[in-house]
Amino acid sequence: MGHRPASQTAGQEAAGHGAEAHAHGGHGAVGHVAPLRALIGTGAALLVLTWLTVAVTRVDLGELNIFVALGVATVKAGLVMLFFMHLRWDRPFNAIVCIGSIAFVALMIAFTILDTAEYQDTINPGDAKAVRETIESLGN
Amino acid sequence: MTTLTPSRPAFAPSNYLTHSRGVLSWAMTLDHKRIGIMYLLGVLGSFLLGGIFALLVRTELIWPGQTIMTADQYNRAFTLHGAIMVFLVIIPSVPAALGNFVLPIMLGAKDVAFPRLNLGSFYLWVLGAVLAVLAMLSGGIDTGWTFYTPYSIEADRQGVIWVASAVFILGFSSIFTGINFIVTIHRLRPQGMTWFRMPLFLWALYATAVIQVLATPVLGITVLLLMVEKVMGIGIFDPSLGGDPVLFQHFFWFYSHPAVYIMILPAMGIVSELISVHSHRHIFGYRFIAFSSVAIAIFGFLVWGHHMFASGQSPLMNALFSMITFSVSIPSAIKVFNWLATMYRGRISLNTPMLYGLSFIFIFTIGGLTGIPLGTLATDIHLHDTYFVVAHFHYVMMGSALIAMIGGMHHWWPKMTGRMYSETAGRIGAIGVFLGFNFTFFPQFMLGSLGMPRRYFDYQAGFSQDLTELFHVYHFLSTLGSYFMALAFFWTAGYLLHSLFRGERAPANPWGGASLEWKCSSPPPHDNFAEQPAVGDCYDYDQIEWDEAAKGYRFRENYTPAAAH
Ligand SMILES: [Cu+2]
Repeated sequence: MGHRPASQTAGQEAAGHGAEAHAHGGHGAVGHVAPLRALIGTGAALLVLTWLTVAVTRVDLGELNIFVALGVATVKAGLVMLFFMHLRWDRPFNAIVCIGSIAFVALMIAFTILDTAEYQDTINPGDAKAVRETIESLGN
Repeated sequence: MTTLTPSRPAFAPSNYLTHSRGVLSWAMTLDHKRIGIMYLLGVLGSFLLGGIFALLVRTELIWPGQTIMTADQYNRAFTLHGAIMVFLVIIPSVPAALGNFVLPIMLGAKDVAFPRLNLGSFYLWVLGAVLAVLAMLSGGIDTGWTFYTPYSIEADRQGVIWVASAVFILGFSSIFTGINFIVTIHRLRPQGMTWFRMPLFLWALYATAVIQVLATPVLGITVLLLMVEKVMGIGIFDPSLGGDPVLFQHFFWFYSHPAVYIMILPAMGIVSELISVHSHRHIFGYRFIAFSSVAIAIFGFLVWGHHMFASGQSPLMNALFSMITFSVSIPSAIKVFNWLATMYRGRISLNTPMLYGLSFIFIFTIGGLTGIPLGTLATDIHLHDTYFVVAHFHYVMMGSALIAMIGGMHHWWPKMTGRMYSETAGRIGAIGVFLGFNFTFFPQFMLGSLGMPRRYFDYQAGFSQDLTELFHVYHFLSTLGSYFMALAFFWTAGYLLHSLFRGERAPANPWGGASLEWKCSSPPPHDNFAEQPAVGDCYDYDQIEWDEAAKGYRFRENYTPAAAH
């Protein structure tokens, strides 16, 4: 099995080469080490926000409840990306990639919802048997 | 063994094929070249299988009425054909098979950035392929490769769950390859190879990898939701559970239209190489071709609804999607015109790879232009779900994507195997495939515009006598064409296999290419390059000269490029 370590080092050497070639890349093999205080602070913030998510369910805000819940979740995801996933210290290119991917998700959902909303009133109100049964069973 | 002229270069004493021996040395390899070869074998095996089902489908249609199978068997046969060709052949063919082999060498690197992930993605492909084929053969699913709801959710279609799992696994294989290529191109470019000095094949693979990473997860989510709905009865797509079947089509095509570009973009990358190298002329409009790949990748995400004009999609979205669809033709046309301009006043060698490149341009132009009536709302109502659609996407998927892949295989065959195939046999094969292809699919445009629906097993009942007779003529021609094309492919397989054992040893640079892969020996050594090669303009053919002793081309020593053109 002499070939395995050989090709392993081949890959690693090649990776080393690439890093050298991109002096402006600025990252060694280890990458950036986040300060412990920032990590603990982020963790604490996530816990507080989780508490907030639960707490807000006890207040009836009507339609607004869902927006509050999703808003808090978005902030939490942002914190995880910025600090736990090091986006804050990374090259701006990675932030562009991240925002780009979110834009694509938004694109897919927005176009789809735009369409379903458009054709909603053309749908014949069918009789979804399973739905009716579930609703009835909930009523009992 | 034929006697070798002493001037011929012998195989490099140790190359990637002889570096280590035994089945395990292949099964556990981290070498991108061996992984590429294994992918190639898998893809070609699947191509044979998918091809056999294509021939069965065509044979059934040669006469009106039942010919060789029942209607149910027919539905299964075209599902097998479609699913195998899309998920197991075309999607992995260029990136995973040829790309894996060529990409690191074109970069002058020793391997991809993540060799283990690369091997992992190959085994995921194997797992997905076995699962898919077994599920389809045993359960016999008949939904077509698109798994449209609510048909696919009906209770007696349990096989869909297994095929959907297989598609999920294959998707991950594709994502891993994409991630690997993105990182490799970002991190392993050698000193001096700026983005605009990369061979265009790498631009194409990069754009493809971006689509693979962005779009494939949506396919995964879609089939997962389908499974959740089938197994747990949660209403997502099924109207009887309160779901929305049009939603399935949105999700499915959000992946599957970009997937068309996963198939065609790398093929276009190959064609850029073929046309330039075999015309021995600097590629025309390098930046335009490079940016058009990126433009296609981005536009490709905005047009999925053109598959849904007749699905109940709202008029607003129909109009939007139709409009954006036309915009995709701009970057595609940019490429075609630049290839033509590259050939102009070039010294064209009509080698086998070049013949495939020319076939691509011809067929892709027809495939692209026939997309326009399908993207136009009014005409699509007539043509939707007819053989016109079948002919159109075969011109793009098979006549373009697959033919470019076979052209690329011939182009890099000497590099991969260290052997030359018979050029005469190759040319005959290329012309045969080209003629067979058009013979098979051109009549289908006629069928479609006359109203022959796709996926029909018969064309007798319900049609007038005259129409049945007319349909029969075109179906008959199409089926004959498919037999002819099959012959051409077997011929091709024959001389390629023959070359493995009897072919002449390949020189390092048989065609006169100037990108880095032609600097290492054929076949390449295990580490590709002993030291990092110098990077020049990979389309500058003045740096290449004929070397009579090697029966190939070589890079001039002490060459200084002329002032920028
Ligand atoms: Cu499409």
